Amino acid sequence: MAPEVKVYALSTCIHCKNAKEYLDQCGVKYDCVHVDQLTGDERKAMVEEVKKLNPSVSFPTLVIDGKVLVGFDKAKVDEALGK
Amino acid sequence: MNAQQLHDTLQKIQEPKGCYFNADASMTMALMESLLATKERLGYMACPCRLANGTFEADRDIVCPCEYRAADMDEYGACFCGLYVTKEWNEGGRERVYVPERRPVERILG
Repeated sequence: MAPEVKVYALSTCIHCKNAKEYLDQCGVKYDCVHVDQLTGDERKAMVEEVKKLNPSVSFPTLVIDGKVLVGFDKAKVDEALGK
Repeated sequence: MNAQQLHDTLQKIQEPKGCYFNADASMTMALMESLLATKERLGYMACPCRLANGTFEADRDIVCPCEYRAADMDEYGACFCGLYVTKEWNEGGRERVYVPERRPVERILG
């Protein structure tokens, strides 16, 4: 079954870009939100959502099949993907 | 100012302080572009790897080079973004690890 992957990212963040590129390379489909491009209540709600997953609200925050990964680490992404 | 000009300007200021650009030029130049993008959007060069609040006052701590750079370079050899590194880090003398966020979460305004 295809993994369920969500990426909380910033449009200007290099680690976010690298994480997305790696997922692309792996052929993994994911849902991505660029939190820096949100404003007002939408931003506020998204910050709260990220905070629940990663209390430091840093980026990227990845959720792979329910497992939360803070920052981009290829080995950890591989592990979460079951590679 | 373009990315190369920004790179050259910052290099002259930062290298004498022991803060070197990441030798991975693709990463460094992408971050130069990102810094120009944050300057364009916010009016100041906020760290591209952090969620800015949108005003200089509220983001003073993350205006690049951020207030956390020195501590991160001391501890990990690299800043949070991986833009500024020590000479030793560039030369492979330091293990490359993910630099955890040092900015207190309270600094992110809701």
